[in-house]
Amino acid sequence: MAVDTRAPTPTATRAPDSGGSSLTGTWRLLRLAARRDRVLLPVWIVTLGVLLLASVASIIGLYDSEAERVQYALAVAPSVVARAFEGPILGTSLGAILMTETFGMFAVLVGIMSVQTVVRHTRLEEETGRAELVGSAVVGRHAPLTAALAVAFAANLAVGGTTVAILLAYDLPTGGAVLAGLLLMGVGWSFAGVAAITAQISASARGANGLGGAVIGLAYFLRAVGDGLGEVAPSGVAVTSAWPSWLSPIGWGQQAGAFAVERWWVLGLFAGLVVATVAAAFTLTRHRDLGVGMRPVRPGPAEASAALRSPVGLAWRLQRPTVLAWLLGLIITAGVFGAIGDEVDAFLETSDELAELFTALGGSDVLVDLFIVFFLALLAVAVGAFAVQGVLRLRSEEVSGRAEPLLSTAVARTRWVASHLIVVALGSAAMLLAAGMVGGVAYGLVTGEWGARFGDWVLAAVVGIPAVWVLAGLVVAAVGLVPRRAVSIGWGALGVSLVMGQLGALFELPQWVLNISPFTHVPAVPADDLQWLPLLLLLAVAAGVTGLGLAAVRRRDLLT
Amino acid sequence: MTSPAIHVAGLTKTFGPVTALDNFDLEVAIGEVHGFLGPNGAGKSTTIRVLLGLLRRDRGEVVLLGGDPWHDAVRLHRRLAYVPGDVHLWPNLTGGEAIDLLGELRGGLDQRRRAELIERFQLDPTKRCSTYSKGNRQKVAIISAFASRVELYLLDEPTSGLDPLMDTVFQACVRDVTAEGSTVLLSSHILAEVEALGERITIIRDGRRVESGTLTELRHLTRTSITVHTVQPLDGLADLDGLNDVEVEGTHARFEVEPDAMGTVQRWLAEREVLAFTSSPPTLQQLFLRHYGQQLTAAEVAEAGEGS
Repeated sequence: MAVDTRAPTPTATRAPDSGGSSLTGTWRLLRLAARRDRVLLPVWIVTLGVLLLASVASIIGLYDSEAERVQYALAVAPSVVARAFEGPILGTSLGAILMTETFGMFAVLVGIMSVQTVVRHTRLEEETGRAELVGSAVVGRHAPLTAALAVAFAANLAVGGTTVAILLAYDLPTGGAVLAGLLLMGVGWSFAGVAAITAQISASARGANGLGGAVIGLAYFLRAVGDGLGEVAPSGVAVTSAWPSWLSPIGWGQQAGAFAVERWWVLGLFAGLVVATVAAAFTLTRHRDLGVGMRPVRPGPAEASAALRSPVGLAWRLQRPTVLAWLLGLIITAGVFGAIGDEVDAFLETSDELAELFTALGGSDVLVDLFIVFFLALLAVAVGAFAVQGVLRLRSEEVSGRAEPLLSTAVARTRWVASHLIVVALGSAAMLLAAGMVGGVAYGLVTGEWGARFGDWVLAAVVGIPAVWVLAGLVVAAVGLVPRRAVSIGWGALGVSLVMGQLGALFELPQWVLNISPFTHVPAVPADDLQWLPLLLLLAVAAGVTGLGLAAVRRRDLLT
Repeated sequence: MTSPAIHVAGLTKTFGPVTALDNFDLEVAIGEVHGFLGPNGAGKSTTIRVLLGLLRRDRGEVVLLGGDPWHDAVRLHRRLAYVPGDVHLWPNLTGGEAIDLLGELRGGLDQRRRAELIERFQLDPTKRCSTYSKGNRQKVAIISAFASRVELYLLDEPTSGLDPLMDTVFQACVRDVTAEGSTVLLSSHILAEVEALGERITIIRDGRRVESGTLTELRHLTRTSITVHTVQPLDGLADLDGLNDVEVEGTHARFEVEPDAMGTVQRWLAEREVLAFTSSPPTLQQLFLRHYGQQLTAAEVAEAGEGS
């Protein structure tokens, strides 16, 4: 009828192409994601760039002449510890040494950035219910994941571009610089793809991030095993890694040998992995409902057990998965490094510079002692990350509105804060104690040295506890005094501790700057004598900042 | 005379430049169900959070069960239960665990009543909180609250996610606890709910109290709608005092009358031989709309002013 053509029904006015595609709305979501990350991602990219600049400058300073570089390569190639800690050496050019020393660390960092970015724009959106609102609009089924991946890919492209620019600025060969940039980007894209899958599997953002982090850890671990088991090439200055290195995207990045063998075809492996993970993630999105994970949620007890019926019981229940995952990871790491501890002599004796560096860090010439100090100081900072994460749980409970029903019962605010703090304090102490004991046992099993050495391992681990508690106390103070800044202050403090403690000596920062980090004041047991004063002072500072935080949290509004 | 359960006078609370509560007053007597009415964003939740000591007041007097809600929070919380309007629970705990945890932290709950409430509200306590709908999360908070034997219940839009059947169960629960002598402060923007349960109500708008009193007192402030059919024509009806929105068509008329004018109007109509008379009682709806409507009118006036 004529009337129908002039006045079509509302549904008929929609052009068929505006309603159909599963990617409809991707561009809009992409702009939304980019807008929400307009501060966070640039901070990541700039931080990585600054870290790379500092690393390149420091390595150029250390290995200026060809002779120094050959000496370095001869030293690290046969060392299991060096290969497992850092990566395989594939050549003696400045770029090749830079890749060996830094690629593993940068790969882990871009991995974390990529996983968090993808999860933030997919699973977190579902968890908060925002995805439901978006999904009810004219948005295709695959649009949110596509937009999240696009943002993560773009961020990694920027990281790769920055890397190339910095390497070229230091007059490194163009081919190697471009390859290095592409490899770092490839690692980032691969972990973005992995996160796209973990975001489908886990029903919570915390779980998806944790699973993604575990995959990064596994990738690092596989290449550590493969490189550790590798063989020195006939030249003596290069390493052929064993097959486990080839199971890891981080391993691929190192095996591609930028500035050395330059295997460009490795980029194809990254392309394959990215395509495979993204395809798998899209398949999974078609097979699940919004808001739920792949694993069905099992019913649980109809009544609370006696253990749950207190604030500490609740805090333990909420933090338990995190504590156990950290504990397991630290035990495995301590076991591996305990077992290769006796290799440290072979590693360091051949290189004066590294021996000097280790001596500068610890102030003694017994290299095994220094290895123990160095390794357990690193673990203490890692446990510091757990402490920051654990105390910040208070903030997420508050922001999500879950603290409100709890605090409207007969639970004082200080008791609520203390409940989480107790779990964090005891959890971190248990982690360091366990790491020290496992490291000592593994070292003893391999070397047959028990007794005093076992004591050294345990003592070197537990002296880190007060410094970790200072960090935890600082986050409590931030939660009390400046709650809206607590997250950035907490992670910022950890970053400062990491830079000061582990890299400060390398960058030759002045002592007063290093003193900012609580970890600087940890006695270098067993290389130095055990000193009680700094430990007691650290405990006093921890108690002081915690007290400040507790007092402040009683005085402020609950901020959701 | 006993002191009131809740006494709030001149309460002011600001969030930066926003004034959430502005010289707000509230008086809730022991043993009553007090309806706390207001549109979204009027300051109901802020008031309740101040009463819970979750927010600190800027100015004013707040006495809850004879104590100061900020300084005596823990002691007072043993004697009250709170149901938030938007219930957030721990995703990996089951509903049953959350009920027990919150009840235990309040100072213990009545196991028999807990079982009975789970039955009445048809809640599956073995499900994880992450799988509950909004209504089911609300049931968890309601069950936990009513299974605790406390003196005061602070309920902040407690039924916003419940279906009508569960709403009825909820109303029965409120009647049960008041029969035992407890006091209930029930915030809502649903008038029927407050009319069904409330003995006295307070209406809040823009952080200020606009009305407070018993339902009868407040009905007194509202108009009765009347439709009438008489033998003689109704000329001159519109000239009477106390009438509004008068529509006259010969012997038919429809109008609203204020309480004070009711007697005069009835006598005037009787002289004209009433054939049919329908009167709709005043509802809170009208009262509410009148206060809310003023705001709209003011906005309309402003708009008209800009246009000219």
